[in-house]
Amino acid sequence: MSAQVSSEPRHLRPLGDAALLLLSAVLAWQALYEVVGDVALTPPLATLANAGALLGSPIFWRHVSATAAAFAASLAIAAAAGVAAGLALGFHRFSGLVAEPILTALYTLPKVTLYPVVLLVFGLGISAKIAFGVMHGVIPVILFTMNAVRNVDPVHLKTARALDLTAVQTAGTILAPAVVPEIFTGLRVGFALSLLGVIIGEMFASQRGLGFMIINGINTHDVPTMMAVILLIMVFAIAASTLLLAADRKLHRRG
Amino acid sequence: MTAETGTLRARLSGVTKVFDAGSRQNAVHALGPVDLELSAGEFVTVVGPSGCGKTTLLETLAGLTSPSSGSVTFEGDAVAGKVPRGIGIVFQEDASLPWLTVWDNIAFGLRRLGTPADDIRARVDYAVSFMGLGAFATAFPAQLSGGMRQRVCIARTLVLEPRLILLDEPFGALDQQTRLLMGDEVLRLWRETRATVLLITHAIDEAVMLADRVAIMSARPGRFIEMVETGWPSSRSSRMVEQEAFGRLTAHVWSRLRGEAMKALGRDGEAAGSHHG
Amino acid sequence: MGRVARVQLAVILGFVAVLELLTRTGAINRLTLIPPSAMAAHLWKMLVGGELDAPMTQTFANVAIAFALSVALGFAGGVAIHGLPRLRRLSDPLLASYYAVPFFVFYPLLIAVFGLNRWPLIAIGVVFGAAAMAIATLNGLDRVPRVLRKVARAHDLGWAEETFLIVLPAAAPHLFTGLKLSLAYSFIGVVAGEFILSGSGLGHAIAYAYDSFDNPTMYALMLFVVALAIALNATLHVWEQRLLARRRRQ
Repeated sequence: MSAQVSSEPRHLRPLGDAALLLLSAVLAWQALYEVVGDVALTPPLATLANAGALLGSPIFWRHVSATAAAFAASLAIAAAAGVAAGLALGFHRFSGLVAEPILTALYTLPKVTLYPVVLLVFGLGISAKIAFGVMHGVIPVILFTMNAVRNVDPVHLKTARALDLTAVQTAGTILAPAVVPEIFTGLRVGFALSLLGVIIGEMFASQRGLGFMIINGINTHDVPTMMAVILLIMVFAIAASTLLLAADRKLHRRG
Repeated sequence: MTAETGTLRARLSGVTKVFDAGSRQNAVHALGPVDLELSAGEFVTVVGPSGCGKTTLLETLAGLTSPSSGSVTFEGDAVAGKVPRGIGIVFQEDASLPWLTVWDNIAFGLRRLGTPADDIRARVDYAVSFMGLGAFATAFPAQLSGGMRQRVCIARTLVLEPRLILLDEPFGALDQQTRLLMGDEVLRLWRETRATVLLITHAIDEAVMLADRVAIMSARPGRFIEMVETGWPSSRSSRMVEQEAFGRLTAHVWSRLRGEAMKALGRDGEAAGSHHG
Repeated sequence: MGRVARVQLAVILGFVAVLELLTRTGAINRLTLIPPSAMAAHLWKMLVGGELDAPMTQTFANVAIAFALSVALGFAGGVAIHGLPRLRRLSDPLLASYYAVPFFVFYPLLIAVFGLNRWPLIAIGVVFGAAAMAIATLNGLDRVPRVLRKVARAHDLGWAEETFLIVLPAAAPHLFTGLKLSLAYSFIGVVAGEFILSGSGLGHAIAYAYDSFDNPTMYALMLFVVALAIALNATLHVWEQRLLARRRRQ
């Protein structure tokens, strides 16, 4: 790495960098607004104000709870099913080898084009959105969990046998710490993708939720609301991702 | 003995190397001061404990890194910034290019120099057969063992007809028996090319078996403690290990090295592994 | 064919067979799902009749442009970030959380800015694909073994020679991974965009068929898109195996 001498204390550097990025993003935004005008964008300050107004509006919160409910449910299902399947496929080598390319192939499909099937099966309600979120989020959880189990160093298992540990002890003291960091990474990715899945689902066939608010914004030419919602979603996503990433790093360092 | 005795091939004078890791951390005094003169055609080995600066010594001599003080010359000219034509280097790690066949690997350096195609073909074919790679010329490095890959790297250097060959623990990754046999290969190479050879190793038996002179290096910061003349004939091979003189020389080298090795081991957190040589 | 491959084939064929059975016997309602054989038949009819020509051309063109731009921008970005430590510090956290942010929500915004044409689609494809290429490029450049850089110096290679003769070939496996991901993401971004809000393309055709209660067409198109995605990725995968197989430790 570079051996530059910096005038600012090291631990503040990430904050300084983030501030720099934010500032340049906001400036670029303002500049773009100057070019395209009100019909297409609202400028940063106005969007901020609109976002604030939304946060005070009960209608907004109803949409938020619709999205949140679907998201929470799909995340829970994706996590549970994903970890379970991942563990099974990880321990049973052959099944893992069979499943991995199939799962990877599913991962590369534009799943939104399969959404109509989900709607036909689950109907036009929250269950369709949850199913869609699960479709998006479960695959990375499975893949990461599977790999976590596969990558447990055989040396660890030999050590456990040498120390004469029971199965439960082995699982708790040797296997768990070895696989948890990687599983967490899978959950982190699953979190983001489930959120994406739910929102995209709402964009297509829903009358409620944040995704709906955005699409509705374009249909009714209500750019200010659309942008305010996008801003709030982005803030949430970035905040959540930062926290999860920090936790991820901590887990990996300990593991 | 070797031909062309008396001509000075390379020289290090008062060379030190200090690694400056940034204003916060303490600078690492890795090497020196060292003085070394390499006469044309001689085979010198440098042996020392891990982390003593052997690799730094080699890289400074080669021009891969510049000394913090002192001077380095090759055939009378200062070595600065780039690796002089006429110096060949064999590295410790596998430096074969995995996307080229063995033949193309060996031809790599020659092609860069704009050598005519017939010339390239002749020289590469010769190097291939000299290093015993004939059956593998169209194979890729991934299909070869570690020892074979090192032979490819040696061939790649050989084909450029260097006057000074630098080898940085070239057999470090190989097992002991293979190493002894590879030592024979290097001796063959040396006799064939009549080049000056400097070989870095941490293995005492290798150092003693191969060299006209053994330079014993101290723990970091590496300095030369002693130069040991072996007196071997140029026809030597790995069978030298069977001689009594070999045992005596090895014992002597170890007696000088032992204390240094313990010093290197005692430095927790900085010992072998942080940076080799 | 290896044992794993045979089991995979069996699983996939088994899955299709089960669907076929359930739909033909009426266990699954025809209004929900039509038999796979009917999907394939209808798709064939549409292909032969030229009904898919227009949407195919649209989608292919959009994906191709998005892919090309993703690779170019991503590669350039990766090289720049690798070479400029300050830039690297700024972009590392960005790239680490990149795919955690649902950039797709910007799609309607892009329509507001560019209009309802191909550019929002391509832009979304690029937003998804370029980062993957940049990350892969960074990985590839980072992982060029230090000893190979020394080899370049030992042979006194200039900057251009070092780059084209050593660095790029050494980084090739990672760069290829970047290509695969870029293509997959570009494809997903474009088709998803077409599906959500667009006037043309395969994605739009699926949404339109859904809205018109035209199940046969809808399923035929879905089958086509799925087959296309698999074919594209499989092609790159095979190509990669061929190109890079001899480099792998046996």
